[in-house]
Amino acid sequence: MLAALSWIRHWRFTGAILLLSLFGVAMVYSAGVKNVPSPITQDIWMRQAAVLAGSVLVLVVASRIPRSWFELCAYALYLISVAVLGLTLVVGTGAGTAEGTTTYLAIGGFQFQPSEIAKVGTALALAKLLSGRRDGIATIRDLLFPAALVFLPLGLVALQPDLGTALAFVGIFFAAIFWAGAPWPLILFTASPALSLIISFNIWIWSSFVVFIAFGLYLYRRRIRIVESLGVVLANLAAGTIAQPLWNSLADYQRNRILVFLDPEIDPQGAGWQIVQSKVAVGSGGLLGKGFTEGTQKRLSFLPEQHTDFIFSVVGEELGFVGVALTLLLFCWLFFWMIRLAQAMERPFSGIFVFAILGAWLTHVVINVGMTVGVVPITGIPLPFISYGGSFLLMSWAAAAIVVALAREVRLT
Amino acid sequence: MNSYHPHARKARATQARVVVGVLLCVLLATFFRTQVTRASDWLLQSDYNRLRPLTLPAPRGTIRDRTGRPVADNVPGYSVSILSATRDSMYATLERLREHLEIRPSALQRVQEQVRAGSARPILVAMDASFDAVAAIEERRASFPRVLIETRPKRRYPSGRVGAHIVGSVGEINRQELDSGDYEGAEPGLVVGRSGLERQYDSILRGETGVRYVEVDAMGRIVGSHRGFRRVDERPGEDLETFLDIELMHWIDHIFPEGRNGSVVALDVATGGVLALYSTPSYDPNVFAGELDRDEWTRLDRDPQSPLFNRAISAKYPPGSPMKLVTALVGLELGVVTPSERMPVPCTGSYRYGGRSWGCWQERGHGSLDLADAIKHSCNVYFYQLGIRIGLQRMLQEVSELGFGGRCGIDLPNETAGTYPESAQYWMNHYGYYPQEGQVLNLAIGQGPIEQTPLMVASYFLAIARDGAGPAPRLYRHSPDADGFRWDVPVEHLETLREGLRRVTQPGGTAHLSSLEHFEVMGKTGTAQSVPGSPDHAWFGAIVGRRGGEPEMVVVAMVENGEGGSAVAAPLVAKVADFHLRGMHGIPRDTVQTLRDHLLTGTPAPWGWRTPAPETP
Repeated sequence: MLAALSWIRHWRFTGAILLLSLFGVAMVYSAGVKNVPSPITQDIWMRQAAVLAGSVLVLVVASRIPRSWFELCAYALYLISVAVLGLTLVVGTGAGTAEGTTTYLAIGGFQFQPSEIAKVGTALALAKLLSGRRDGIATIRDLLFPAALVFLPLGLVALQPDLGTALAFVGIFFAAIFWAGAPWPLILFTASPALSLIISFNIWIWSSFVVFIAFGLYLYRRRIRIVESLGVVLANLAAGTIAQPLWNSLADYQRNRILVFLDPEIDPQGAGWQIVQSKVAVGSGGLLGKGFTEGTQKRLSFLPEQHTDFIFSVVGEELGFVGVALTLLLFCWLFFWMIRLAQAMERPFSGIFVFAILGAWLTHVVINVGMTVGVVPITGIPLPFISYGGSFLLMSWAAAAIVVALAREVRLT
Repeated sequence: MNSYHPHARKARATQARVVVGVLLCVLLATFFRTQVTRASDWLLQSDYNRLRPLTLPAPRGTIRDRTGRPVADNVPGYSVSILSATRDSMYATLERLREHLEIRPSALQRVQEQVRAGSARPILVAMDASFDAVAAIEERRASFPRVLIETRPKRRYPSGRVGAHIVGSVGEINRQELDSGDYEGAEPGLVVGRSGLERQYDSILRGETGVRYVEVDAMGRIVGSHRGFRRVDERPGEDLETFLDIELMHWIDHIFPEGRNGSVVALDVATGGVLALYSTPSYDPNVFAGELDRDEWTRLDRDPQSPLFNRAISAKYPPGSPMKLVTALVGLELGVVTPSERMPVPCTGSYRYGGRSWGCWQERGHGSLDLADAIKHSCNVYFYQLGIRIGLQRMLQEVSELGFGGRCGIDLPNETAGTYPESAQYWMNHYGYYPQEGQVLNLAIGQGPIEQTPLMVASYFLAIARDGAGPAPRLYRHSPDADGFRWDVPVEHLETLREGLRRVTQPGGTAHLSSLEHFEVMGKTGTAQSVPGSPDHAWFGAIVGRRGGEPEMVVVAMVENGEGGSAVAAPLVAKVADFHLRGMHGIPRDTVQTLRDHLLTGTPAPWGWRTPAPETP
């Protein structure tokens, strides 16, 4: 009888997110244990635990919603979430560590981040759009509509500005088109303008890259139209050209984050502080860590944003490499089960949605975890299930609930 | 082809697993490198972040006199420091501290400089805060999160101004001293010896500072225990045992002529140890024990009486009559005179040489004298003739060879070398002419361009007492032996000199009134010319011991502008010797010491040239 409930049948998926979330509450608790207690972090673990309880309830309830409802409501949900995002730009407020932005929307006594709803809405709409093409994606033209669909909320989020969450939309897009059958070369061509943007700082590397792309397009000429090829090359050239003006238009703190990523020592007291202190925390944890709640970098406030963006540094400091490895293994387990679910799903809509969510979460994990050891520039992006934050936790669970609902008929052998 | 065919899904799922797996493995590898292979570097970095080293000052060793009484020891004091943080917050803390703590303007200036310069170490605000100030700050602990209060041993000099010049003083090491490299292992905040024994034996007394740590948070606030935790224990300095007799020093201070400047040196004949090295005026070294008070220092430094100046080892005076002993010794050595020989011209109060008359201090003359009596009466005329026999050239050479142009080698900083011309060239260099042969008459009676420190005079009396070989005077009991005067002369010659000295305090001698009941004073008076218009300086040097026994101590006194040596300096020397030797031999001490005291108080003095008349008051 109980086995009839999808969320129990898929306990390996739901169990992974529950374990991660409980671990998250524990780490949020630890983040509040400091020698000089701060009202920002003290006792917030209770709020996180309360949100988690609500999230579990959402999963149990929402996972019973019939699968077809999501397909029916996909565009409507997308449009609503985009509308709310637009509203947020006008009446939104900053909060906590994102004080200067318009990321939050306050309703009653609660604040929440519409961008988290938009992620799920976009994933649904994208799945709906892409699943309409039974024969998959063959040309760049096939990607125009899906790209536009993602770019709308992405652009709105980037205007808040919240670059970290905007990156999650990029993850959603590529994961979704991958599962929708876009071949690797096509994915690379689509992504090439973004790469051009980054490597254009060196004219020789960039020129070689553009030539390389053009050559690839020539090899791929039978699958791609000449107009599209021209479009890709032009987009690469345009990206390389606007890189400098775009760099100049970045805010100082954003430029500093990229510069100190390349060399944290250039400003160890200022912008490099976070990277250096996070690396010190993680590194000093060693193999076994300093012990739960015992991290000195955290206790003594050397670690920045220790309850949100840098919570993984606390994991590294207090639980050591063993704790880091176990956490990453748990994420790996979660992702592999999502891939397994997608693979088992007959309906394209379901599989694409699962991959879209996987793309969002993987982006969060890689960027968030990577920045704590300095392999990725610092981006204000939380760690799914573990970082403190109600909207993100709740919406991650809501997304999981949809995954579970879509997987109702899936039988894994 | 249906891209959702199970085979297509399976292929893509595998690709997706590879992508996810590779990404997570790259992350894991990065963490492995950071946390496992480079963990120790980061651990060091995290300790550096949170731990602030504090030095644990080592208590300096106690300086003791010969009986173990402390001359310099430690009492607990309180120091107040500010932990490093941003400049603004340090200035703010400093301002608030001033409400409770008196900070001298000079100290405030130093602290502000240090704050400006920036330092990882805590900055010392007050080295010697009062208990009340410390209590007031402790009460307001919460509003001074970056203030550190430590107990640190503070130097105390129980004898105060007596012995200040020998013991010296301590102070926080300054930039020049740090850069000089003279202080091994020194770091800012270290208290080092500045002068005297504190400076000379700093390496023994100082010990080694320890280190402890307090934990601070990112704002630089101390969290947890203010006492910190220990890592390296401090090693207290070793005690310094000296030959000094601090009781004797106090006695000298008690009997030294009121209002006079000068010095007294007392040496132990057997060891060459310094029993007393007294210089007046003096100062209270306790003033410098805490933070250096620049105003007080400037006042002392500019005082026309020069209280900071150790007159016993750094001041030079014309030696006068005590130098006649050297003339006698050179004469005997060169064989130009024998002990029993009398000079051809008897003393009639003056002597004619080179077309002018050279006077004796005794205008009615001394008549014909042998060498010992010439010393007894300090007869100038005898020594003029002896000087002529020696000759200027030989006199300069011989006396210089005896060692009167150098230092004694006492274990104290700032000893001044004596002055004695090595050759006639000296006059050329200093006065622009070569001396006439007549100069030897001056030199023979200890005048002319000769200057010696009281210590040097004491040192040469020590050599006479020890048959020509005296060790360098020294304060520290365990200092290595060093040569002082070392003369290769026959004992008979020195015995002749001692016989002369013996007669000085016998009836008819220049210092008979300073003879003692229990001890034999073999002394020599001296009068040294001061600057024109001022009274002469009074010298008296003596070798003292039991009658018929071995010499036991040497005492030299110099009383500036004290006029006659026999009137002021001789009784001082006799009383000093009497005080010490009575103590040494277990004879009860008495304030009635010299023959003069006995005569004045009517106490019987059987050794005197006459018994006191009963009617004398």
